[in-house]
Amino acid sequence: MNANLRAIWKRAVQTARLSCGVPDYDVYVKHLREHHPERPVPSYKEFFRERQIARYKGTGGRCC
Amino acid sequence: MHTAVAKPSPAGKILWAVIAIIGAWCLGVVALRRGEPINAIWVVAAAIAVFLIGYRFYGKFINDNVLRMDPSRATPAVLRNDGLDYVPTDKWVVFGHHFAAIAGAGPLVGPVLAAQMGYLPGTIWILFGVVFAGAVQDFMILGLSLRRDGRSLGNMLRDELGPVAGVVAMFGVLVLMMIVLAVLALVVVKALTHSPWGTFTVACTIPIALLMGIYLRWVRPGRILEVSIIGLVLLLASIWFGSHVSVSPTLAPLFNFDAKALAWLLIAYGFCASVLPVWLLLAPRDYLSTFLKIGTILLLALAIFLAAPTLQMPAVTKFIDGTGPVFQGNLFPFLFITIACGAVSGWHSIIASGTTPKLLASEGEARMVGYGGMLMEAFVAIMALIAAASLHPGVYFAMNSPSALIGTTAQQAATTISEWGFVVTPDELLNTAKNIGETSILSRAGGAPTLAVGMAQLLHGIIPGEGMMAFWYHYAILFEALFILTTVDAGTRVGRFMIQEIAGLVYKPLQHTESWTGNLLATAICVGLWGYFLYQGAVDPLGGINTLWPLFGIANQMLAAVALMLATVVTVKLKRERYVLVPGIPAIWLVVCTLTAGWQKLSGPISFSAAAQKYAQAAADGKLLAPAKDAAEMQRIITNNYVDAALTGIFILLILTMLGFTLNAILKAWRINHPTAHEEPYVALGSVPIQ
Repeated sequence: MNANLRAIWKRAVQTARLSCGVPDYDVYVKHLREHHPERPVPSYKEFFRERQIARYKGTGGRCC
Repeated sequence: MHTAVAKPSPAGKILWAVIAIIGAWCLGVVALRRGEPINAIWVVAAAIAVFLIGYRFYGKFINDNVLRMDPSRATPAVLRNDGLDYVPTDKWVVFGHHFAAIAGAGPLVGPVLAAQMGYLPGTIWILFGVVFAGAVQDFMILGLSLRRDGRSLGNMLRDELGPVAGVVAMFGVLVLMMIVLAVLALVVVKALTHSPWGTFTVACTIPIALLMGIYLRWVRPGRILEVSIIGLVLLLASIWFGSHVSVSPTLAPLFNFDAKALAWLLIAYGFCASVLPVWLLLAPRDYLSTFLKIGTILLLALAIFLAAPTLQMPAVTKFIDGTGPVFQGNLFPFLFITIACGAVSGWHSIIASGTTPKLLASEGEARMVGYGGMLMEAFVAIMALIAAASLHPGVYFAMNSPSALIGTTAQQAATTISEWGFVVTPDELLNTAKNIGETSILSRAGGAPTLAVGMAQLLHGIIPGEGMMAFWYHYAILFEALFILTTVDAGTRVGRFMIQEIAGLVYKPLQHTESWTGNLLATAICVGLWGYFLYQGAVDPLGGINTLWPLFGIANQMLAAVALMLATVVTVKLKRERYVLVPGIPAIWLVVCTLTAGWQKLSGPISFSAAAQKYAQAAADGKLLAPAKDAAEMQRIITNNYVDAALTGIFILLILTMLGFTLNAILKAWRINHPTAHEEPYVALGSVPIQ
């Protein structure tokens, strides 16, 4: 039950962040470790700043 | 056929038969009961039944036969997984993200305006429009993009219809965006005109956002949820404090503006917001508005379910004959232009070919996100329609009719509206204004204020309390203004990049988005473009919304028609001609609606040209027509109407051009006996190599 709730919470947070243009940090770190071990792993702060700028780079979709 | 469709179980068949019977019964009540008002729950139940059946049967039919979505096929997210833009993501998370991206002010405004014809025409168009047009468009564009590396609508048009078609469509998108920004900003202007309380709370969002931006940057980087809660508390405090501002003799005048002044303030604000670094103002507002939007939609749903209001607006009013005060024009085609978002919205094709296809982990989930997401948006539109129709019709018309028709005092308005057959007393109008903490409710067209009064009455019915209605009203105004202004900021930025790209074709250095000269210049052009239409709306004789909303509707439905034409071309190119009518019929319908509406706005009694001629005639006779106060203002109104007429002409040309490209591509593809669509090759999900 507790584990279930935690999973739901995690998903809710993930959805909320993605709706603001910030993808899952853990997934990105895992991806980097697995596929690009030579690249430095950014801190959450660096990751967040990069994504924040990327979201408003244009081409962006947002509805009326 | 590549997938075997499982036969439904007997229990399943019974269940769907029951849903169908309930749906038909509710629709029957909504459509046929006359003379006595019905409860909103009938509309809600009919909508849910129609959406369930549409999703289960028509959505699945498109999934299996037209798009042939294949869960065994690797999606762009899997093939190009980079952990950032392309990430295979849980389907509920993608659904939430997609819905947050497509839901905006549009579905809340259109249905409110369309309520002048009664609740029935709008309800029917939303229910059947979404099932057969809107959701089809969103789902099919998502499906096409999934098969094309998550490419954008513009790129897909270029690939399938040729480079010229791509450029024409992108030009259309830029123009549409300017109109969207102008009309949405006008909604805010209409809501805040001479409303110190509303203006104060909306102004407060700027320092609150700056504070949030600094907090996110230095105090607790990246803690979006935390900072949004802080922001929300501050916002609620500003609404509470706003009530004191509105009665203070020293503070109230500082926040009391007329429409022209507000338009200038918004133009200046839009310029600053899109030039400043995003983390300072734009991003924090965006976070706040995203959460507030979802929260308020849930609140509206809760209010409607708990309050179960009676619809006071008649099912059909006499205004279906085109004489309505809120917008001019007959039911056909103007109902289908006025309710764009909620039934079918061209903008969604940009989202459905933007971030969403880069996140889906399986093609099997596209129906839920694409088709299902749009059904959710239609539900929001239905709720907005209910909120408007549950208002006293007299109050509704007082709020949405231009002062040129109903005058500027409660006495005049009540007399005129009662003559239309919606009996209302001046006291009722004054009391409503008093209850929501405003001095006047007259001529506040644009949807936001009407929805806010509707919501305030519903919520007040559930949680009564002295002065609470005024709080709820200003809460609703604030949240709509907040997410409209976020759209304006972000849209100005996107428009700026588009303009810089175009300017770069002429003079290369202008393309550098980092360069301050290019940046400021392109931003000024972008703000100037939508600002022109906004200001024009603020000085418009019919209040602006009456003029600009049809332009927006035509442009938005034009884009939807383009997206559906693309889907039609691809269906033929894949040699699935027998399903060509699935995207083909809504495409034809939208072409017919936009061309008819465009033509009527170009020539005839309700056209921009007729309005221009009327003012030109008066000017030649040396007369002044309201709201113009001198000859220069007369001249400006004439020019504005000619600009609108020219713009309508451009839209008509654009749609005819795209129609030509489409028919040409269809004919070519029909003759060839093998598929010619530009799909990426099939890669099995299990065979994707680790990158």
